[in-house]
Amino acid sequence: MTDAETNLKGSAAWGGGPPAGRLTVALAGNPNSGKTTLFNNLTGARQKIGNYPGVTVERKEGVCRHGGFRLDIVDLPGTYSLTAYSADELVARDFVIDTHPDVVVDVVDASNLERNLYLAVQLMELGVPMVIALNMSDVADARGASVDLERLSALLGDVPLVRTVGHQGKGTRELLDAAVAVGTGARRLRHVPIPYGREVEEEIAKLAARLEPSAAALAPRAPRWIALKLLESDARVEDRVRAACDDAAEVLAAAEASRRHLAGVFRDDPETVIADRRYGFISGACQEAVRSTIESRHALSDKIDAVLVHPVLGLPIFLGLMYLVFFLTFRLGQYPMAGLEWLVERLRFAVAGLWPTGVEGPLKSLMVDGILGGVGGVLVFLPNILILFLAIAVLEDTGYMARAAFIVDRWMHKIGLHGKSFIPMIIGFGCTVPAILATRVLESRRDRLATMLILPLMSCSARLPIYVLFTGAFFAARWRAPVMWAFYLVGIVAAAALAKTLRATLFRGEAAPFVMELPPYRLPTIQGMLLHVWDRGRMYLRKAGTLILAASVVLWAMTSFPKPPGPPAAGPAPAPGARRAAELEYSVAGRIGKALEPATRPIGFDWRINTALVGAVAAKEVLVAQMGIVYSIGEGPEEVPLQEELRRHYTPLQAVAIMLFCLLGLPCMATAAVTWSESGSWRWMLLQWGGLTAFAYVATLVVYQVGSLLGLGSG
Amino acid sequence: MDDGGGNPAVPLSSLPAGAKARLVSVNAGAGLRARLVAMGLRPGVPVTVVHNRGRGPLLVAVQGTRIMLGRGMADKVLVWPLAECPAAGGKPAGSPPADPL
Repeated sequence: MTDAETNLKGSAAWGGGPPAGRLTVALAGNPNSGKTTLFNNLTGARQKIGNYPGVTVERKEGVCRHGGFRLDIVDLPGTYSLTAYSADELVARDFVIDTHPDVVVDVVDASNLERNLYLAVQLMELGVPMVIALNMSDVADARGASVDLERLSALLGDVPLVRTVGHQGKGTRELLDAAVAVGTGARRLRHVPIPYGREVEEEIAKLAARLEPSAAALAPRAPRWIALKLLESDARVEDRVRAACDDAAEVLAAAEASRRHLAGVFRDDPETVIADRRYGFISGACQEAVRSTIESRHALSDKIDAVLVHPVLGLPIFLGLMYLVFFLTFRLGQYPMAGLEWLVERLRFAVAGLWPTGVEGPLKSLMVDGILGGVGGVLVFLPNILILFLAIAVLEDTGYMARAAFIVDRWMHKIGLHGKSFIPMIIGFGCTVPAILATRVLESRRDRLATMLILPLMSCSARLPIYVLFTGAFFAARWRAPVMWAFYLVGIVAAAALAKTLRATLFRGEAAPFVMELPPYRLPTIQGMLLHVWDRGRMYLRKAGTLILAASVVLWAMTSFPKPPGPPAAGPAPAPGARRAAELEYSVAGRIGKALEPATRPIGFDWRINTALVGAVAAKEVLVAQMGIVYSIGEGPEEVPLQEELRRHYTPLQAVAIMLFCLLGLPCMATAAVTWSESGSWRWMLLQWGGLTAFAYVATLVVYQVGSLLGLGSG
Repeated sequence: MDDGGGNPAVPLSSLPAGAKARLVSVNAGAGLRARLVAMGLRPGVPVTVVHNRGRGPLLVAVQGTRIMLGRGMADKVLVWPLAECPAAGGKPAGSPPADPL
């Protein structure tokens, strides 16, 4: 770009002005710069989450109205630089280059100015219409920094600098004013060239000249920027050149020659030299415009970390916190859960009442048992899940999760996983579906896949009713909680063992580098946390509303049809419950159960358990309801509670076998579906489903047979 | 490569908590190096080791940022230790270094 190009907005490189009334605003910035809080301030509840096409990176968009304009705001993934290292950084970069937002708001952490400006300066080089939000300026002030806004703005090409304090909602209006001004072209930026030095500039000019003929086809249409990126060995930009230039091979060869020349001159690779010059420019600008007293923004955080990340205390504190999280989840969740159970029962009663008493029919059965029974059983657990996600959101938004990743990385490394893998694993205790989506934090595909494969072993909330049912039936009160905890532990141990095995077989090779910024502790905003929780809870609801609903209907059909021939002419009509059990035995599901019996006898399952498990394939929560039906539990005075029935028919060892099998195997349909879409191939889904179920079978076989031999089977 | 005084560059992972050093180079692919540079870990920048337990990841302070590095990664980051010795008499290991904004 030449010095004469003062009109960047609407320039040929940027593609013209916006249609009247609407502006697209892209929010860019480093991770931990407070970008998301700002986004929440701007859009509040008016945001939606989707996907960028072709990649599993979350796309957050929202709407805001200001100054007569409708602003479509996209919260880009946090990125440190326009040279993308990970999938989401690439998405951020490509969005800016290819989608031409009307204005880019770069959220800069004012208390970490120089590093944050690295991205800003690259956006400036790209010629993007830009506004800089100096976020967390309260922290910067407290640390004794004072930024001469006018001076700094001038040094950066008159880019509007707006002081914001995202956590207090300050500066939002001024920010929007500036964004609209730049977005409409009312305020123009000045191009400020970064002095790369004579040698580098010569090479840039040479390459830019070669790219000039194809300029129209290039994205972005900025030969100088492309030339610079080629010197930085940016692989994605090389792809763009190949796509746009007829003489791509020559251009790339020339770039290589330039790089070698520069490497010879500087005795260092060109990207290092270029990065160095950029930082030099930033340093110079900051020296002129920023006055600071020496005070670390990490002082308080370091004090807290002295305890939380203590070499000896750190891990126990972490484990203690995790225990607290689960304790709260189950304890506090009980009350709303009881309320919801009551509500579902009333609903079923009310719906059943729509038919005249005594009338039984397929539609009534479908509504009451199939749909309300199935879906209701799932929704009842929503409070638990929301509490769990809230607790996790608190840990994440305060910055503790990063510390936890630091503490556990050493142990995760031993089983072949990445420190960051434990975040999805914690979420997996609530529901596997959002946990699989959470593996996106992992940059390496191999780590992602390995984590996805073992996630179902984290005992999710769907198994809880199963544990409650069986431990309640077979164990004395004081043993119930410890037994349930034991199963959680078994899941974790199994996951560790499986991870290690995968690492040694399928996912061999060097571990992905663990590099993560540790932000200072922050007080999270209520709004931020609630949005965070809603984001995850919504997935669980979607699973309930779609898959489980469909599965409940299918299962209802499988367990209701075909119907056995009519009741015997003589004798009293059988109780509704007993008749139901007979129907189940006669139905498709019952037949499958019976057919599988030879295979499942060795692990202690009879046809009834098999039939119930057919339902659990769709969603584990369904198992308990199915067991209820199998043992003809219905409304009626002589009906025996399910737990007594279970005690009559099974031994404690069999109960353990059932719980173990459900823990280790049969990932639910929702999990399978999400694994398929996140991994990109049905093969991984099949490996997960088949592998875990086979593993479950073998483990249950061993436990049951050994237990029987030891005589534990009696009683 | 040495710092002119005959001292060779050493892996960051070998420095104890409290040690100060100047980053020399990173033994990694171009992509990862670019990422580290963008995060602040660039040649010539002063770094301070905040936590180094001998096992597990390290925590380093770089100009107002804290960055966690896995041990494998830290083995590949080469630095020149700076003269200040974090031994007895100096600041206790792990205390926050004063760093400019």
